[in-house]
Amino acid sequence: MNTKSEIENIINKNDVCLFMKGVPEAPQCGFSMAVSNILKHLNVKYESIDVLANEEIRDGIKTFSDWPTIPQLYVKGEFIGGCDIVKEMFEKGQLKELLENKKII
Amino acid sequence: MALPIEEIKKLIIESIPDADIEIKDLAGDSNHYSAKISSKLFNGITKIEQHKLVYKSLKGKMGNELHALSITTEGK
Repeated sequence: MNTKSEIENIINKNDVCLFMKGVPEAPQCGFSMAVSNILKHLNVKYESIDVLANEEIRDGIKTFSDWPTIPQLYVKGEFIGGCDIVKEMFEKGQLKELLENKKII
Repeated sequence: MALPIEEIKKLIIESIPDADIEIKDLAGDSNHYSAKISSKLFNGITKIEQHKLVYKSLKGKMGNELHALSITTEGK
């Protein structure tokens, strides 16, 4: 399977996916930690993908979304944003609203 | 690798000429920044598209020389 189909497979199979550095219990970067903490705070069940453990996914996801940084959050196959956007949406209550509308929480 | 504030501003202005830019060096190490940018080009497009315009103006430096730049964008 090529990297693009592997990524499509991951985001189609899981309602909420977080491509991050490290794992939720031990994030390896402050930005990844911030987003995983927000998801935890909102009680969201999500699939986390550690890009540090897979170089092809790490590069592939940046091309896939045309977005140069990690973390990246996907909900129901849609790219929601990186750390800044997710944080801003969370602070404005928009992230909770989106997750509720998509019947995630 | 560090990128000075003036260099970041210059790159952004080249692509987004009407941008009002406020950059803070968060840790005083020329490596962790936050930037607040407003431009008419952001009017009517999504946050993702706004941030992509900023990333593109930085010509591949984001994620490489520039690890930590948090971005806030708005239209004007």
